[in-house]
Amino acid sequence: MSLAATVLVPLLGLLALFTFLSAVVLSLVWIERKFLGRIQMRLGPMRVGPFGLLQPVADAVKLVTKEDVMPFGANRALFWVAPLAMFIPAFMVWVTIPFARDWVIRNLELGLFYVVAVSVLSIVGLVMAGWSSANKYAVLGALRAAAGLISYEIPVVMVALAVAMLAGSLNLVEIVERQAPIYAVVAPLGALLLLFSGLAETGRTPFDIYHAESEVAGGPYIEYSGAHWAVFYLAEYVSTFALGVLISLLFLGGWRGPWLPPVLWLLIKAYAVILVIFWMRGTFPRLRIDQLMSLGWKVLVPLSFANILIAGVQLYYRWPWWALTLMSVALIVAVSFEVYRRVVLAGGKPEVELVPARELRRKVPVREEFKTTKVSSEGQQG
Amino acid sequence: MSGDLTTTRPLDTLELMINMGPQHPSTHGVFRMVVWVDGERIVNMEPYIGYLHRGSEKLSEGELYNQVITLFDRLDYVSNFNNELTFCMAIEKLMGVQVPERAQYIRVIMCELNRIASHLLFYGTFGLDVGAMTPIMYGFRDRERIQSIFEAVSGARLMHNYFRVGGLRQDVPSDFRERMERLLPQLEQGVEECDQLLSYNEVFLARTRSIGVLTKEEAIAYGASGPVLRASGVPEDVRVSEPYSVYDRFDFNVPVGKKGDCWDRYYVRVEEMRESLKIIRQVLAQLPDGPIMAAGVRRIIRPPRGEVYVRTENPRGDFGVFLVSDGTDKPYRVKIRPPSFLNLQAMQAMMRNAYVADVVVILGSVDIVLGEVDR
Repeated sequence: MSLAATVLVPLLGLLALFTFLSAVVLSLVWIERKFLGRIQMRLGPMRVGPFGLLQPVADAVKLVTKEDVMPFGANRALFWVAPLAMFIPAFMVWVTIPFARDWVIRNLELGLFYVVAVSVLSIVGLVMAGWSSANKYAVLGALRAAAGLISYEIPVVMVALAVAMLAGSLNLVEIVERQAPIYAVVAPLGALLLLFSGLAETGRTPFDIYHAESEVAGGPYIEYSGAHWAVFYLAEYVSTFALGVLISLLFLGGWRGPWLPPVLWLLIKAYAVILVIFWMRGTFPRLRIDQLMSLGWKVLVPLSFANILIAGVQLYYRWPWWALTLMSVALIVAVSFEVYRRVVLAGGKPEVELVPARELRRKVPVREEFKTTKVSSEGQQG
Repeated sequence: MSGDLTTTRPLDTLELMINMGPQHPSTHGVFRMVVWVDGERIVNMEPYIGYLHRGSEKLSEGELYNQVITLFDRLDYVSNFNNELTFCMAIEKLMGVQVPERAQYIRVIMCELNRIASHLLFYGTFGLDVGAMTPIMYGFRDRERIQSIFEAVSGARLMHNYFRVGGLRQDVPSDFRERMERLLPQLEQGVEECDQLLSYNEVFLARTRSIGVLTKEEAIAYGASGPVLRASGVPEDVRVSEPYSVYDRFDFNVPVGKKGDCWDRYYVRVEEMRESLKIIRQVLAQLPDGPIMAAGVRRIIRPPRGEVYVRTENPRGDFGVFLVSDGTDKPYRVKIRPPSFLNLQAMQAMMRNAYVADVVVILGSVDIVLGEVDR
């Protein structure tokens, strides 16, 4: 093999991938702002370009030209390396993610394993950023991120394992090819688990506690500005997009679909998943750290093990695929009802009592000196 | 000892001291909390106030009575009309002025609209505090409509300076009734939408129920008032117990909470918005014609010697003004009882066993305005 084939082609591929991902991030920023704007009865960005299409570009230019400030007392080396430590794993994931059957830089046999393993490394960047900023909010945010990631990585791994069992392969291309009905139908439980744990891992509402602006004021990002902050931002959106693509690949049949070209199908599915994520952001408040932990350890982790179990049972007894669907749906319904009962219905539906003013006036008659008008308090309504 | 992994000596842990404010995105103005945390749990909390101290009480002593009204606008700057009303009523009580009916009714409309506007602001910021970003847009949509009525009536969106001793500065615009008829259905629908968006959201319930509980006894002991007191289960409303202006002519309900947690404090305010709308409907139906200024009130006011205390129900609670007059054209002493200040004292009691994230929610549920805390 010549040098060109071993070095140049992958390099060009990476460059193309980087360009593509940057474009995706810009589009996601625009879609998020527009979509949230619509949810909140606003127009969203309108000034820069038609429909505000150039707003992300303007944002990027602003960020790059801003001054990079480093706080006094920060650990200089770690502080500058942290954004890269977060971005590189988020980017490396894409080496093996296929956009269509042959549209992949390296079609690894252990593709799914690689994706799950590498994406976790992003947390190192967050913890580095939190520690090196010499800021208490940043430390608190970094600890939250670490705790959240450790708890929510387990369900992700377990769901990936169940998918691998169903497909009989860890190769992402083969997983897509082997979905007879798509796995969202076969194993809806797995799809939901991956979505929820993915939200926690990428720090999206309602699990965005590590950079919650109302509590830790940005968490690990608090001291970053300009281009370095932009790199964090980029990494976060790339991870979100990776989550959307991963859910599409594992559960929604990847690039398969009628009429349209395969790549387009994958993008449509991924963007649809991401729109759901943005929708949640527009609707839900944020969970507290202990609630996040108990949801992770008491609900998602056991459910992810149960997911493997039912997949194993279905495979072992060679039941038809809809048996797994039924078991999944039954588990989802049972668990969500139990969570609803314990969390929401505990102590009954909260309400506020309305005491009529007339009744209060009768109970405690108004003293003469406070009667400012001659009209009596009873029976003078309009 | 280093390297000996078998010892079971407990780790040396340190409580982390965190400064929340005066420049923190969710401390509602320039309020500073020093919070000691053990991991994510609150060990101790100390509030520090005074960053917005402008000496309003002392300043009042150097101004003519009508000029002091502008200072009252700047106390609780999201319920300006209510503050103005209290100060004007204090002087009116001292002078024995009978305010004309029409002025009284317009005052009530403005105060109740202001209450809704203030609670809508609370609704939005409380949403932000629990991490939801949409409520503030819903709240501000309706608040904006109220603001434009304020602008039409008083000429200003925020610092109105509209009430005068003995009445109002000017009558409402000629299309006031039509504008109100348009506004009220919009507000009624808006409040319902706000309610449906947030109140029974599962995550919101998880974040606010049984958080920051203030018992009935504690609420009374700390001198809490307004929605904070009512949420703790005390049916106390100055509009009912010591009715002022023409409030004794209207029929409305006093929302009372059951547990005294953050959700109760939130929902009491949502219900209060509905009740205020009811009051405004009744006022509009009864709104009489006539003068808007009491006869015989001079431009330069010289109340007789004496002292007076007047209290009203502000959106934040029991707002009181103690006024001493020495017979000149300037007040001798003005003492303000700000409801936020007393509600704030109950914060430490609410913070028991709270998490860092709860601090923000509890502070938001008390709904302080630093303008009147620091004065």
